[in-house]
Amino acid sequence: MKKNLLVIAASLISAAQVLGGSITVKGSDTMVVLAQKWAETYMQKNPGTKIQVTGGGTGTGFAALQNGQTDLATASRPIKAKETENCIKAFGKRPTEFKVALDGITLYVHPANPVTQLTIEELEGIYTGKIKNWKEIGGPDLAITVYSRENSSGTYEFFKEHVLKGKDFAASAQTQQGTAGVVQAVMKDKGGIGYGGVGYATGVNRLKIAKIKGGTYYEPSEEAVLAETYPIWRYLYIYVNPAINSGEISTFLKWVRGEEGQKQVSEASYYPLPATLRSQ
Amino acid sequence: MTESTPEQRGVDRDWSGIRRAANFRPVEWLAEKMIQGVSFTAIAGVFLIFLFVGKEALPVFLGQTDSRLIQPIIPSSEVAKVKPEVLRQYLGLSVRDFAAMDQDTLKELMQVREEGAKDIPEYARSDPDSGVNGSGWRYLIAPHQWSGNEHPEYIWQPVGNIQKFNIIPLFLGSLKTTLIGLFFAVPLALAAALYVSQLAPVRVKEWVKPGIEMLAGIPSVVVGAFALLVLATWLQSIFHYQVRLNAFVAGIALGFAVIPLVFSIAEDALTSVPKSYVQAALAVGASRWQAARDIVLPAAIPGVFAAVVLGFGRAIGETMIVLIVCSAPVMSWNLFDSARSITTTIAAEMGELVPGSPHYRILFMLGTVLFAVTFLTNLIGDVVINRLKRRLEGKR
Amino acid sequence: MSASPRPEASRSLSRTGIDWGSSLGTAVSLAATVFILLILFVILGNVVIHGLPQLSWRFVSTIPKKDFFDKDSAAVLPMIVGTSIRVLVMTVFVIPIGVTTAVYLTEYARSNSWYTRVIRAAISNLAGVPSIVFGLFGAGFFVHLIGGGIDDIIGATSPKWGKPALLWASLTLAVMTLPVVIVATEESLRAITPGLREASLALGATKLQTILRIVLPNALPGILTGGILAVSRAAGEVAPILFTGAAYYLADLPRSLNDQFMDLGYHTYILASQAPNIEKARPILYGTVFVLLLLTFSLNAVAIFARARIRRQMRSGH
Repeated sequence: MKKNLLVIAASLISAAQVLGGSITVKGSDTMVVLAQKWAETYMQKNPGTKIQVTGGGTGTGFAALQNGQTDLATASRPIKAKETENCIKAFGKRPTEFKVALDGITLYVHPANPVTQLTIEELEGIYTGKIKNWKEIGGPDLAITVYSRENSSGTYEFFKEHVLKGKDFAASAQTQQGTAGVVQAVMKDKGGIGYGGVGYATGVNRLKIAKIKGGTYYEPSEEAVLAETYPIWRYLYIYVNPAINSGEISTFLKWVRGEEGQKQVSEASYYPLPATLRSQ
Repeated sequence: MTESTPEQRGVDRDWSGIRRAANFRPVEWLAEKMIQGVSFTAIAGVFLIFLFVGKEALPVFLGQTDSRLIQPIIPSSEVAKVKPEVLRQYLGLSVRDFAAMDQDTLKELMQVREEGAKDIPEYARSDPDSGVNGSGWRYLIAPHQWSGNEHPEYIWQPVGNIQKFNIIPLFLGSLKTTLIGLFFAVPLALAAALYVSQLAPVRVKEWVKPGIEMLAGIPSVVVGAFALLVLATWLQSIFHYQVRLNAFVAGIALGFAVIPLVFSIAEDALTSVPKSYVQAALAVGASRWQAARDIVLPAAIPGVFAAVVLGFGRAIGETMIVLIVCSAPVMSWNLFDSARSITTTIAAEMGELVPGSPHYRILFMLGTVLFAVTFLTNLIGDVVINRLKRRLEGKR
Repeated sequence: MSASPRPEASRSLSRTGIDWGSSLGTAVSLAATVFILLILFVILGNVVIHGLPQLSWRFVSTIPKKDFFDKDSAAVLPMIVGTSIRVLVMTVFVIPIGVTTAVYLTEYARSNSWYTRVIRAAISNLAGVPSIVFGLFGAGFFVHLIGGGIDDIIGATSPKWGKPALLWASLTLAVMTLPVVIVATEESLRAITPGLREASLALGATKLQTILRIVLPNALPGILTGGILAVSRAAGEVAPILFTGAAYYLADLPRSLNDQFMDLGYHTYILASQAPNIEKARPILYGTVFVLLLLTFSLNAVAIFARARIRRQMRSGH
């Protein structure tokens, strides 16, 4: 009985619904602020278009892309084979991938910590729990407190695969919800170290990182990330069903990867795409 | 299950008697049947919850999930040679979908599989655990010595190439926060219930009771935010532990949410002890406190037990407080370490995973277990309270 | 459990002077009561002190643009609207079902039949199911089965109903708050003296007429209390709506029941856990919490005092 009522209600409401020229964007919570900046600026320039942005997580975005709930899926990691498969099963094609921004992962330490640079190997040692004291890596005699992100976050997964080479975080690692939590914890902890996006690093020191022992240490700056000399960075993506990548959606995607869209990227504290990856 | 009062039973008798005496009226009959039908909703609700949460979890219970990193690959070049049924199962397609797909799409799907396998980094491929199905029961509950560890360990690491789904740290997290919450809340709530039901003047009682019930009206997300912003700092400055957000803070905040529940049930049970008990005690010269502690409390002890059991159910099912306050799945009994509860895990990880994957199914399995636990605590609580009330009424 | 007094109680009879044990016991239990009330006041006081100054007309009446973590653009209008609509829609479903069930239980059912027992067990179990499990259930049952079913029936090419939406969040909450409404309604139905029913029947009214014209109108305050309690419980719940309709951010207010919505409670969680800068987000968080508490608490206060009145009437009625 309830179901019948629902069907009646549903058909009434859907009949009254207006379908405008709108674009829906869904996915990574990391990218919501950035996507919203794009949407706002684009809508100001093109008042005819409505862009709706929702988060929910990268996985949620792909699930929505697959069953047509969203036009564009934002992602802080590349699509997984399983997700591509699901898309092919749902709409017969692989989703088209667009790199839309770069994100440098920054290491934070307490401002009073004299250590200013580390190698990837040392980081791995710290985060897997092999290195337990700052003096082992040329710092003061002070125990290291390791701060990490929530294990559902894309940043966590990236750090685990690219810095720890798939190894597990030390059991003593303190998990914080959100990068801001990490920064705040490090700010108050003289022996603390944490990782996260570059835009968050207020009140803490940022470490220079070298790929290998004896290599050059680089600041996580725009130049170093673009030149791929700073070793820990990742792309941010947008995925779209190729069948609907035309008209308004295609225009929006070009704009995002063009000069104006990339200006918003810098404002949101990510790094803009190198010229080769931009749309012409 | 609240037992009906004697007055209520009187009503029942009257009504059913009248119903039998009346002539048959179709409208009345129909209305009664419809009303009865609607009352079925509550049963349907419980049943459907169990069905729909359990359905998604079923493959885990049956051991049919497979989270191995290295899966057998059928090369896409052999698309025409493989038996259709084998191919259908390999690609995980339903019969209908498989029939609707053309050769090219099938090949594309197989290619994606191949590429996925190729994309696995070398360090993960060569890992001795790359063939371990972490979603099997053995790995879900028993510790395993993963490569790189020196001992067998309980690890919940659902993200990454090699997924580790040991649920013991999550149960520990739930238990830890819940027990801290109960140890904090139960004595306070019981003492307050004793005071309000036995010792307080009527005027005070009329103000205090709604006040404590109001505590129940504070949304848990607000309690969580309060714990994050204020309580964590206060507790840290009192106890001087190192990590600001930990299981202890979460447990105390959970206690805030449990107090009103335990209080209400216990107060109810204490009040239902017949006044004659107290009067008799006072008559032989006991003080009000002595009567409350030595007469009323022992008589109502099953109700107090029920209050604790139901409080446990409430605390273990609470999501937002623990989600906001702490979240690391640490395998440690130290109260000042972080903890991740079952509910928190479901809430935090659901959005990031591939629907239908082993990870997804395991979260539903956790939901099913949680449902079963609270179902049980409710049942126990109800049975105990009913027995108590029946006994007290019988004695009157 | 024997209820006979312990020896100490009788011993104190022979004692003269101040009974220290009793005074201490009374003092401790009083202290516990005061401590609990203190917790309540500290939480409320904290939120009011820090939250009230954040309130401005702009904060409650605009849609946040660009960045809701930023003090200048943070606002809560869409969350107020989303939370209000979802509890309203919930009420539309839960009140009729809850009241009908309560009527069945008090007016029709025999208290010792197995069917009544099963219903009562189901109701009390429903009240104890963790809210996150309701979320999982809502996603599986309402969103995928019913929503997806509607899409199949109306032949939608892209999901119109088979996705998280206001309606599904409301229905999930309706299932969750069903016990609240049933219990409150039942209480008020029982408070009506049997004499009233008997008088109506004696005058020749049928049972249905008696229920509709005599019993229910008299129970109206109790039904309203149940509704308000359900609403205040549902307004602050976050876990059940995580997978059934709440959105991280939307640029628009919801326009139909199959839209997603922003929610005060969920927004509180986002502000508490995802803000880029905790210090900057703190005042916004307090402001949002204040609005949420104002909403749930005013409802709660009304319900609690209404119930206290009904109980008093009930007591004097017998």
